[in-house]
Amino acid sequence: MKICVTASTGTIDAQIDPRFGRCAYFVVVDSETMQFEAVPNLASGASGGAGIQAAQAVANKGAKVVLTGDVGPNAFHALSAAGIEIVTGVSGSVKEAVEKFKRGDFKKTGAPTVGDHAGVSKTQR
Amino acid sequence: MIVTVASGKGGTGKTSVAVNLALSIENVQLLDCDVEEPNAHLFLHPELLKTEPVYTFIPFVNQELCDHCGVCSKFCQYHALFTSPNNVLVFPELCHSCGGCMIVCPKKAITETKNRIGKLNFCAAEDLTLVYGELEIGKPMSVPIIKAVKKQMDKSKNVIIDSPPGTSCPFIETVRGSDFCVLVTEPTPFGLHDLKITVQVLRKMIVPFGVVVNRAGVGDNKVYEYCQQENIPILLEIPYQRKIAELYSRGIPFSQEMPEWTEKFQTLYSDIGKLVKK
Ligand code: SF4
Ligand code: SF4
Repeated sequence: MKICVTASTGTIDAQIDPRFGRCAYFVVVDSETMQFEAVPNLASGASGGAGIQAAQAVANKGAKVVLTGDVGPNAFHALSAAGIEIVTGVSGSVKEAVEKFKRGDFKKTGAPTVGDHAGVSKTQR
Repeated sequence: MIVTVASGKGGTGKTSVAVNLALSIENVQLLDCDVEEPNAHLFLHPELLKTEPVYTFIPFVNQELCDHCGVCSKFCQYHALFTSPNNVLVFPELCHSCGGCMIVCPKKAITETKNRIGKLNFCAAEDLTLVYGELEIGKPMSVPIIKAVKKQMDKSKNVIIDSPPGTSCPFIETVRGSDFCVLVTEPTPFGLHDLKITVQVLRKMIVPFGVVVNRAGVGDNKVYEYCQQENIPILLEIPYQRKIAELYSRGIPFSQEMPEWTEKFQTLYSDIGKLVKK
């Protein structure tokens, strides 16, 4: 199964980047083999709709689970529609997160955890 | 003549200036384009004649024709569409109604549907007509409403427009096409800061403008110095007076109770007329 983790760099040892739509990279990990692919998040600088653009990228990669810090309402809606399980409040490294997930340490998030535009600094808006 | 009354920030008395000016001259149509917080009607207590909904067009995806190819969501530069393996989601608040997704969909699965974003209110207060737009709560789309308000413009009248504060898209949409822009400012460092930004925008747009200093006497001389340096006419000063402030807080346009101000606003309007002709 493919697990997508939002990360600050494109490696499996990278720290988790907590902002789903604005993270630097998606590290997509195959939970059986621990092989991974790093996908730069093209939405990280988008002026609007970053959450949806990011969700689309993740869905296109065939991920079934997203491990991240926070997710906004649009991204939450989109990911859920694509049948992707969302886990928020995750920290540490990508590898640790995936291992914890495999052990069943996480529970699924049932609602968006931040409001609109939460990952955008005032000056960007 | 079309005159927009604007200010770099909210709370400078912009609406008060627009309303007092409108009441002091004849044959006026007042357009309140401050659609996020329309309040000219609160000073005028007009009779509401009718309301009209304002729509934008957003895509509607026929899920039976759609094969989830993702062409539409890839195309949409506003990221208003999301393709999942079993349907396409539309995010109306991000859609700019460009219609592109309809054209690019290889299955012709997309048609348009109406998305209500607010309404227009048509009002009358004696011989003054007022049109104001109102944005529905939670719809971040003031520009289409401003456009709808401006469409109601009656050029046979003296048109006065109350602009949204600030200098971003809503202000630019409002002031576009005006013969003149009145900038209401306070003589304070904040007022000056916002005034400078607005002046830059108006110079780029080539809309002539002048300044009305509200609450004159509260701050310093910097606004005056700046206007002199930049050759910007100061058209009127409204002093910081208890009576004016009191009338304002009771929702009464002060020129109604202080007739000398009706004359001052008439002079303001004829001065603007002269500047426009120049
Ligand atoms: S382009 Fe048309 S067919 Fe393809 S996903 Fe979009 S709506 Fe469906
Ligand atoms: S109409 Fe334009 S902005 Fe709206 S969803 Fe389609 S492509 Fe995107």
